[in-house]
Parts: sequence; C-alpha cells; structure tokens
Amino acid sequence: MKPPDEPMVGQGESLLAVDNVSLAFGGVKAINDISFDIRRGEIRAIIGPNGAGKTSMLNVINGFYHPQEGQITFKGRTRSKMKPYEAASQGIARTFQNVALFRGMTTLDNIMSGRTLKMRSHFFFHLFHAGPARSEELENRQFVEHIIDFLEIEHIRKTPVGRLPYGLQKRVELGRALAMEPELLLLDEPMAGMNLEEKEDMSRFVIDVNQQFGTTIALIEHDMGVVMDLSDRVVVLDYGKKIADDVPDIVQKDQDVIDAYLGVPHD
Amino acid sequence: MFYREVGDFKTSYAADQAIFPIRQDRWFMAILLVVAFVVVPFGVNDYWANAILVPFLVYSLAVIGLNILTGYCGQVSLGTGGFMAVGAYATYKLTTAFPELNFVVVLLMSGFITAGVGVLFGLPSLRIKGFYLAVATLAAQFFLIWLFNKVGWFYNYNATGQITMPTRELFGIAVTGAGTSPVVKYLFCLTIVALFAWVAKNLVRGRFGRTWMAIRDMDIAAELIGVRPLFAKLSAFAVSSFYVGLAGALHFSVWFGAIEVTEAYSINVSFLVLFMVIIGGLGSILGSFLGAAFLVLMPILLKNFMTEGLGMLAVTAKHTEILLMGVLIIFFLIVEPHGFARLWQIAKEKLRLWPFPY
Repeated sequence: MKPPDEPMVGQGESLLAVDNVSLAFGGVKAINDISFDIRRGEIRAIIGPNGAGKTSMLNVINGFYHPQEGQITFKGRTRSKMKPYEAASQGIARTFQNVALFRGMTTLDNIMSGRTLKMRSHFFFHLFHAGPARSEELENRQFVEHIIDFLEIEHIRKTPVGRLPYGLQKRVELGRALAMEPELLLLDEPMAGMNLEEKEDMSRFVIDVNQQFGTTIALIEHDMGVVMDLSDRVVVLDYGKKIADDVPDIVQKDQDVIDAYLGVPHD
Repeated sequence: MFYREVGDFKTSYAADQAIFPIRQDRWFMAILLVVAFVVVPFGVNDYWANAILVPFLVYSLAVIGLNILTGYCGQVSLGTGGFMAVGAYATYKLTTAFPELNFVVVLLMSGFITAGVGVLFGLPSLRIKGFYLAVATLAAQFFLIWLFNKVGWFYNYNATGQITMPTRELFGIAVTGAGTSPVVKYLFCLTIVALFAWVAKNLVRGRFGRTWMAIRDMDIAAELIGVRPLFAKLSAFAVSSFYVGLAGALHFSVWFGAIEVTEAYSINVSFLVLFMVIIGGLGSILGSFLGAAFLVLMPILLKNFMTEGLGMLAVTAKHTEILLMGVLIIFFLIVEPHGFARLWQIAKEKLRLWPFPY
C-alpha cells in the first residue's frame, strides 16, 4: 500500500505541516497565509468563530480545495495538487460537520465501506463471491466488528443509517473513518448538536482513539470546555487568519482570542 | 410467528453474510428453484413460454442490469432500449459471421461488447448528474437505433432491414430458430437468468456494490474513503450494460427470433424497463424480478379478464388495459414509493409477529 521510500515520522514529530497556505474564492479570502503543524500522536484543535475558515482548512488538507498559495507536507512529503481519494490512500480520514453517511446502507456496510482501500481482490472473484473476495470480506468484517464493539453500536449493526438518530449517526461516521486505519483523523465538529451525555460519550471515543490506536487527531469544535479538556494544542483562526497557536491554558488567556470570541467595542 | 429468525443462530461471519441468512428463506428459495426448473417445464406450452415466462425472464435480466446502474449506483439511464439493441445486433453479427461458435460464447461476447458501448456512453456521467445524465443517455438510445437502421453492415445488407436469428444448437438441442421447443426456450433463459441474478447479488453485497452505493448516497464522502468516482461509475455502467446487452441478445435470439430495430428497441422499451426498476424497488435484486413480473403479467391478466371474463372486444380491452396499467402504476407509486421490494420487507417484519401482534 505505502510506497517503500516513505520517510518515517516518529512520535511527537511533525506529521502534517501547513505552510503559508492561502485560499480564495473569487474575491473572498477564506484562508489567509496560515501556517501550523500537527505532531504525530497529538490531539490538535482548530477553533474560531463562524466563518473563520476552519472547515476550509480541513478541505484543503484532504484535497477538496486546492490552495492558491502555500504548501502542505504530510509524512515528510510536500504535495501540490491532490485528489481526495489520494489523501485517503495516504492515511487521512475525515468526518463531516453535517453527517455524510451513505444513508441507504446499513451501519455495517457503512463501516465496511471504510475498508475499501484495504481490499484488493480481483473483480473476477467477486462475481462468484469466492476465493480471495470471500476471505477478504470476512477478514475485514472481523476488523469492522472490533470498531463496532469499540463504539458500542452492536445493536444497530443491521439498521440502515438513515433511520438512526443524529448522535448515533455521528458515531457511525466516526466508525467509518476509523475503519480506514488513518494516521491523521480530521473531525469536523464531532459534537455539534449533541446533548451533554452524548458529548461525554463522544469525548471518550476521541480520547480512546487517540490513546489506544495512537491516531493523530485534528479537531474542529465549538464547545470550549471540550476543546480545552481534549486537545494538546490549539490553533485559533479568525477571518481566515491565525491569531493564536499554543497549549489550551495559554490560548484561553490570549487577548486576541478573547476579542475574537467576545467582540471588541468599536469607538 | 411463522416467519422468524429466532433460534437461527449464526456462529460465523460467513453464515451471517450469506445471501439468505435465515433458514426459512433458504428453504423457500430452494423450493422455488426446484419448482422453476423441474415442475414448471411440464406445464409449459407455446403460449406460456412466448407470452409470459420468457418475456418475464428476459425483462428480469434487463431490469437487474438497469437496477445495478440506477438503483445501486444512482446513475439514471434512458438508454436501455439502445443497449439491448447492441446486444441483439452483436449476437446477430457474431453468429452469422462465425456460425460454428458456441452459442453461449456468442451471448457472453455480446454482453461484453455492450459493456464496452455502455462505458463509452457512461463517460458523461463523470461530469453530469441526475436529469442531465438521463438526457445524455437518451442520446445513446436515439443514436444507436439510428445507427442500426442506417448502416447496412449491421443487418448484413438484407432487403427488409430486419435481422433473423438462424438455428443454433447446444448439446445437439436447438435453442434458437423456428423449431425450438418452448420448454427449451424457457429452461435456457431460466438457467442464464438464475446464474446471472446470483452473480449480480454477489457483486452488490461485496466491495463493488458498496462502492456503487457509496457513490449513489454521498459521492463526496465516497471519494474520501478512497473510492475513485471514475472507476466506480464506469464499472457500474459496464456491468449494467453487460446485463442489458445479454437481455437484448436473449430477447432477439430466443424470444423473438426476428426483429425490426425501431419497433423492438424503441424508447418505449427504455421507459418500460425503468418503470420495472422503480416499481420493483431501486437497489434490490428481488425487486427487479417483482417489477418485471408486475409489468409483464399484469397487462396479460387484465386483458384476459376483460376479453374472457367480461366479454369485451379485443381492441377495447387493449385500450382499457393501457389505461388501467397507467392508473395502477400511479396508485402503486403513491402507496409505496419504494416499490415491491420494500413491501416485501414490510410484509416480512409483519410476519414475524403475525398472527399475534401484541
């Protein structure tokens, strides 16, 4: 799967680096000269008021948008243009702000679809569901069942996801991303619209994913309590610019950040 | 009560992923196959084979094909008639150019040729979606029919412009041509349809099916889990066209035997097959059979009831039948927009409790 010449990135070293990235839609500058990095093994929060460019940033990272300026280095390799499925094959997975599940498919099929890149058997065997196609299906089913256990969604295994409540859909979406065994997991507001209990569950899963699987996580979230508790480092965006980048305790006290969130009086 | 999965324990993922994980379903399917292969042939006469069973089987195959494309991969196509024509003409050209070639090989090759043509006309799907794609496939429909009508090479420059299927034998038994027995026609089609329905089920429950459904349900997220839209869409077009081409080949060679392209594969056929897909249920192999059965059998039942039961004139009955079919389709789509497959699903859920729902 991975090319042999790929440089290894150790724990704590920079896994992904964003350098001077700018993205504009016509005259609107969504992202303006932003640089930051994500270290292997950390939980990195990206926060900011609405329209700050957080989601655009994630879209740049996994190849939906192509920035006009700047470069992105993932696992020591700098890239220019990249398609989303190429990002996926390099180990970047993602969940969406509004759930982007395959609504007509069951929970099981949704998470199985996350294994697409791990499956290699030839079309010919699929015609008869035999040989490699069959064994591959069973091996991956085993893996998927681990994820289903981990996320505590055994009871909805065979339910079409369109019928599930919102909180569970978010969890299935996380499951689909985990099925890809990503090195970098991008979570776009995983707790939006959840009640306290659901948020606690989701926080627990995020921490477990980070600690048990060692997955590096980039997290966009509006709930400051969650962000400050979960993340190792926080980058704050406002109007497409980076205004702060540090550990949660320092970011919390940063005057620019407080101004951005609470507003400053205009004289 | 009578239909249940209770006590039917699965101890391996293989058992859980079987096509029919519930024991009762397996028995039902086994009995159905035995009836279809062993019992029905004793009762088949010329009328049953040519008016009911063979049409049902041929259309089922075409519907499975279109269902793979539209139901599973979400790409609307109105070119079914054109692709069936490709299958029919491929069979005709192959079997007249190489009379010694085994007929099954001819059929498969016709399928592959149609798959190629399907991929070609599927290319616009990479850029356009929904209604716009439907219009693009409509172009395929009209272009292909025009081509087969216009270019003499396709019908071997004969005077009528029709194509006629010569007699071809398998194991010394004629399967096509004027002298074919109805039982052979029926069994030949049944074997092919049963085999390819099984293959289709295998495809849609595996990686390829999930890829197609991912593109159908949310193409952006599909790309993100590593699906290449180009490959997913074109493979759906290829597989779908293979089935439709095979159906066209059987339609021409086994069912009709002689065909005039503008009549046999007009836009009406495209719509008919699309209606079958919608009424049967998008994204369901079982639904494909139910949809085909409904639209093949219902007109015959209505007509027979009106001419024999009510003593109407044949012409009046025909017109009333068209009217009634329209009403039935509308009624059905209002009552159950997800088709027969969904009805069957609901029935199964009800049957688990019936007759003691409380």
